[in-house]
Amino acid sequence: MEKIIFYILALIMIGAAIASVSSRKMLRSVIYLLFTLIGVAGIFFLIDYNFLAAVELTVYAGGIIVLMIFSVLLVHHIEMKLEVAKLSKRILVAGACIIGAGVFLSVIYSYDFNEHGVAITTTTAEIGYGLLNFEAGGFILPFEVISVLLLAAMIGAIIIAKGKKLESNTDDPK
Amino acid sequence: MIDGISIYDLLTLTTILFFIGVYGFITRKNLISILISVELILNASVVNFVVINKYLYPDMLQGVYFSIFIIAVAAAETALAVSIIISLYRQINSVEVKDTEVMKY
Repeated sequence: MEKIIFYILALIMIGAAIASVSSRKMLRSVIYLLFTLIGVAGIFFLIDYNFLAAVELTVYAGGIIVLMIFSVLLVHHIEMKLEVAKLSKRILVAGACIIGAGVFLSVIYSYDFNEHGVAITTTTAEIGYGLLNFEAGGFILPFEVISVLLLAAMIGAIIIAKGKKLESNTDDPK
Repeated sequence: MIDGISIYDLLTLTTILFFIGVYGFITRKNLISILISVELILNASVVNFVVINKYLYPDMLQGVYFSIFIIAVAAAETALAVSIIISLYRQINSVEVKDTEVMKY
């Protein structure tokens, strides 16, 4: 049963990914990306990491996709078709990508992974304890660094998107 | 872990996703499309981290932490990229890569 679900998810993900890099309409390619992200969340559910699947759905499918749809609607006419690269260039790049994928897959299949047979369910509490653990092997420092990074990115995004208005306001003597 | 699915199947899936992302990154000529391709590449790497953690070291959680950090960095990166694209569109009325000349210095 899980095998069938995995193959259906894999087919949806690969089909949506190909459609999202080859569709000539901007908004549709964002929606195809959404299908790929939902497929990734489905795989996380299948391998029993429910917390990660929830994070993937809220941050990616809920946040990043909405941001992209906003930016598409703000900068783009929906009817306008995208220009695509020349056919010769596309074929060349596709060939290079297939060769690269072949190299990756040959390396993966020639390596003998020793898989653990046991299936352990991790709870969200364990992930939280690990993230806030300050002893050896704990992840509190990167956790704090990420929080500072997110704050800096937010402030930077506001300042960049505000543009020249902010500078002219500061120049005005009051 | 998924019954009947080996780690090779999952790694094959993420390899294909990664190279679809690379293909889109090179052939697309629009800034937002390039951003979409970057998201595909990041997602392939996130699934790789999680799958290798689950199949090879199921008693540890390092792969989960790294994938959470990757997701957070990707969110920050997307927010910054979208703000840069919008501010660029205000100045040059285009989001095509070939028109983007004001950032070169």
